[in-house]
Amino acid sequence: MNYRLLYFASLRDAAGVAEERVQSAARDPRALYAEQAARHGFAFAPARLRVAVNGAFTGWDHALADGDEVAFLPPVSGG
Amino acid sequence: MFRLSEIAIDTAALRAQLARADAGACVTFEGWVRDRNGGKAVRGLAYQSYAELAEREGRRIVEEARERFAIAAALCVHRVGELAVGELAVWVGVSAGHRDAAFAACRYIIDEVKRRVPIWKNERYADGASGWLHPDDTPVA
Repeated sequence: MNYRLLYFASLRDAAGVAEERVQSAARDPRALYAEQAARHGFAFAPARLRVAVNGAFTGWDHALADGDEVAFLPPVSGG
Repeated sequence: MFRLSEIAIDTAALRAQLARADAGACVTFEGWVRDRNGGKAVRGLAYQSYAELAEREGRRIVEEARERFAIAAALCVHRVGELAVGELAVWVGVSAGHRDAAFAACRYIIDEVKRRVPIWKNERYADGASGWLHPDDTPVA
């Protein structure tokens, strides 16, 4: 399936891009993150991240659909 | 109301939006850029956000405050982009019939914004280094 991935903060620096389109056999964010973490060398364990699909927080076992926009969100530091 | 702002926050205009005839209290919070963090001298910082989700989650937090506390109005604006030491980074304002609810709601909003809204701080240090803050608050280079 095709996904659009968004990266922020240190994940954006590690990936070297703010967003990218990927083809993947992963069917949930957990598998997709494992794939991208290996490819880009992401340091975060999934337990420290939140995941959003199409602009809304969701769970790591969310069933992804072709064309979904997926964001892996590092611990936030606003305020 | 919650929104992100790429320009300086006009606190007088925001405060005016909180005015209600039945409000006897107004509590505001200003978060400022501090010149040090964890013993390191800070020259400035940059906020990055996932704008779509940040505004959605921020609005949810303000709505939660309206449901939990007896308040009249609540607003929060968070800066994004480059900020210098001393600049206003985040503003929260709450009006209410009485001060207890106004204080509690203001505290709730800033605490939840810091905990939940997808905004990230990159500090620029005096020694030329910079880094993202990903609490447990250890910078990630």
